[in-house]
Amino acid sequence: MKKGVLLTLIVVVAACIPAAAQVAEDWESIVDKARGQTVYWNAWAGDENTNSFIAWVGRRVKEDYQIDLRHVKISLTSESVSRVVAEKAAGRDTGGSVDMIWINGENFLAMKDQGLLFGPFTQLLPNFQLVDTEGKPTTIIDFTVPVEGMEAPWRMAQIVYVYDALRLPEPPRSIPGLLEWARENPGRITHPQIRNFLGSTFLKQALYELVEDADVLGKPATDANFATVTAPLWAWYEELKPLMWRRGEQFPESGPAMRQLLADNEIDIMISFSPNEASTAISKGLLPDSVRTYVLDKGTIGNTSFNAIPYNAANKEGALVVINFLLSPESQAHAQNPEVMGNFTVLDLDRLSPEERRLFTDLPRGPATLSDAELGRPLPEPHPSWMDRIVAAWEQRYSR
Amino acid sequence: MKSERHKGSRALRLVPWITLALFLGPVLAGLAATALPAFGYLPALGGDQFNLHSWQRLFEVPGLTRAAGLSLWTGLLATLLTVILVFGFCSAMHDTALFRKSQIILSPLLATPHVALAIGLAFLIAPSGWLVRLVSPWLTGWTRPPDIAMVQDSLGLALVLGLLIKEVPFILLMTLSALNQVPTRETLLTARSLGYSPVAAWLKVVLPRIYPQIRLPIYAVLAFSMSVVDVAVVLAPTTPPPLSVMVFRMFMDRDLTMIFPASAGACLQFLLVAAAIGAWRLGEILVARGARPWMLRGHRKRSGPPLYYAWGGLVISLVALSVVGTLTLGLWSFAHTWFYPLALPSAWTLSHWLRHLPDLAGPALTTLLLGLAAASLALVLALGCLQNERVNGVGPASRMLWLLYLPLLVPQIAFLFGAQMLLVRLDLDGTWPALIWAHLLFVFPYVFLALADPWRAFDPRYRNTALALTGSRLRTFFRVELPMMLKPVLFAFAIGFAVSVGQYLSTIFAGGGRFTTLTVEAVTLATGNDRRVIGIYALTQAVLPLLVYGMAIVLPAFLQRRQERRNR
Repeated sequence: MKKGVLLTLIVVVAACIPAAAQVAEDWESIVDKARGQTVYWNAWAGDENTNSFIAWVGRRVKEDYQIDLRHVKISLTSESVSRVVAEKAAGRDTGGSVDMIWINGENFLAMKDQGLLFGPFTQLLPNFQLVDTEGKPTTIIDFTVPVEGMEAPWRMAQIVYVYDALRLPEPPRSIPGLLEWARENPGRITHPQIRNFLGSTFLKQALYELVEDADVLGKPATDANFATVTAPLWAWYEELKPLMWRRGEQFPESGPAMRQLLADNEIDIMISFSPNEASTAISKGLLPDSVRTYVLDKGTIGNTSFNAIPYNAANKEGALVVINFLLSPESQAHAQNPEVMGNFTVLDLDRLSPEERRLFTDLPRGPATLSDAELGRPLPEPHPSWMDRIVAAWEQRYSR
Repeated sequence: MKSERHKGSRALRLVPWITLALFLGPVLAGLAATALPAFGYLPALGGDQFNLHSWQRLFEVPGLTRAAGLSLWTGLLATLLTVILVFGFCSAMHDTALFRKSQIILSPLLATPHVALAIGLAFLIAPSGWLVRLVSPWLTGWTRPPDIAMVQDSLGLALVLGLLIKEVPFILLMTLSALNQVPTRETLLTARSLGYSPVAAWLKVVLPRIYPQIRLPIYAVLAFSMSVVDVAVVLAPTTPPPLSVMVFRMFMDRDLTMIFPASAGACLQFLLVAAAIGAWRLGEILVARGARPWMLRGHRKRSGPPLYYAWGGLVISLVALSVVGTLTLGLWSFAHTWFYPLALPSAWTLSHWLRHLPDLAGPALTTLLLGLAAASLALVLALGCLQNERVNGVGPASRMLWLLYLPLLVPQIAFLFGAQMLLVRLDLDGTWPALIWAHLLFVFPYVFLALADPWRAFDPRYRNTALALTGSRLRTFFRVELPMMLKPVLFAFAIGFAVSVGQYLSTIFAGGGRFTTLTVEAVTLATGNDRRVIGIYALTQAVLPLLVYGMAIVLPAFLQRRQERRNR
């Protein structure tokens, strides 16, 4: 009997040790602990619509959970990643300054590999049940890397091409067609510099269509197959490059800088990772009314934006509650409104109640936004190693 | 009395040590955080052995040589042109009304943040920019903009121009304050009465006396031009970019282990800057030696008047470029739609201002408090160090003060990562003291630069007389030295304030994401490339430093007038 008590005590104490550093397992107590916390959400602040959306989320979680949400405005995700690295290097394993970080793909993989993330946590979130993990596999597989509950999806993205229908009535709908078109219209297309994610995305999308068997892209690239698999890409790009804006010698810094070139009539087509970018840009006066969106006939790559929690975050409970709120039908529908942000939902509409579903079906659609059917089913991202190697190979070839 | 004076000078003796202590911690931590990963050591990312892999990886980066060459070339060219323009302007325009007013004309340019000036300039000179729009398509026939690299050209000339816009006013203002410390007018009159042309007189008798005083500012310009990131991102070529941008991108790479070659790159950049300064120093010696026969020969030649206007014209066009660039950004802030080839917006709106104004108050207050605190602290420290030098002579601490320029010479991104780790260790990150401290690292060198030479050139006879009359060092300082030096003191304060306002990376790293200044807002919003928003922030960002510069110009004149009235 005595032994039994002691054993129970040991088990309880042992169970408490890791639990003390982590968070409670049941949602009620997480919400309780979250009340009154201040959550620092580190998120890229280059887009005004997203900033207003984050401000709206702040007002809503204040109302419902008395959480103070602060948007830490950053210009690059790596700023926050390096802050977590600095904190780890300085031995601050609790009470970290980053509670929540907008992340995906390579940044996620890097933080996960370096043990900088808290989790798995998505199983704790009631609203995660609503996520369409089957129809939208990128909500649990980030650039072919299994998420394993270490980050939670919050919005969908898919590659689209944006063009001015007045200047260009019939845009080229295939990768070889793009080259054909560039031959007749030299200097009218470009992509962001290769170290920007949209720069490598431009090549990645081309690779998808030019590669003989796309299945190979789902596995890591190897020394043995990289050269052969990407040979058609380089043949295509070698021809396209001198036909690009500034003869392919200079590139805009980022996606928004490229959008400015489209607005300034310096180029005719640009790539975008947000199906709604053209519509919001029209309503904000950043692009002419005549701008439209299209996807390639053989489809385009899609992915998902996530939020993760650093391993040493000071307000994990608050972050969990905010992330759960982001997955609520209310928040997802608000985000999908083209006048707010226009980002497609990660939820499965079939799992919602009729009233909740109506929040989505009643939304207006922007003048330059494609319907779900027109967008088609997104192609999966290649394994990150392809992107890394393509960037390296590009720099080998052209940056010297 | 005697013991009191002793106490005072002993306290003063501590000031340089305090300053060094305040600086050396983060500077050394920063340098270590750069140097250690450069040699393989950063346990947080699995680097627990010293080796040369980082350097190997760095030298494998494609385009490294060209990137380094581009940095060296643009940095040296920008500095050389700055110096030529300033000396040309000063020697040719010395007697004109324009010259006497140039301090007032140029100050606003120092106040406007670098990035805003760069974006304004880019919009002016781009093929789809405002200058082309003015004449298109009616004159040029360009219904679409020509495909020419006017910005981001592969020679980096647009970058050089962007740097000139900012550096010429800085060096010119430094020269003006140096000129106040030597009897320029008398010297020039003597030389001219001996038959030298005004230009030759200036170059032969004034320049050699003021050059030592502006040497450090010139080195700072050289170092800044070679390590600037934000301006280079807007104006410099991209494949490859200058070394500073390349290293910055490596630090910010999604592959965290890139910190290793990035640190090696930062070391390389540091060496490159040091080498460039060394080369400049060598150039100074050679020019001085080569010019000596010309200076001593006593040859008199008349120089034609057109040259005057050429120098004035060049400097005025630089000023015009930045003013018009900033004004067009101002126009953008009221534009709803504005597409090529229209020279004015096609639809106007107040909505950008209405939406952003409520959000501006908080960051503006943070910026103001931070700038005032950092600039005041820097001023007190600088005055303390200089006064100690005067009272106690140049001691070992004073001789080590050059270390304070390290923050200007080391690439910010590398150095701040280490400083951030130190702050986290001390549990100070995200606090006001940490933020003020981080700003002080960059504010103090400029304040010291602006103040040191005028202060050292102050005629000691004033002080000795005052000391003999009052018998108090404190009263001498507050009643004679400070009032007489009010102009350079306030000017140094204004420069410090403007430097603080412009800080981006240091605010991010020390602020722990807890503080938002106007510049943090401006730079993060600038990544969205919306010229209307950039316009709003560029204008508001410039307002605070402008007010402080205005005060630095108006206050001494006002006080002097009041003093004169009282004396009458």
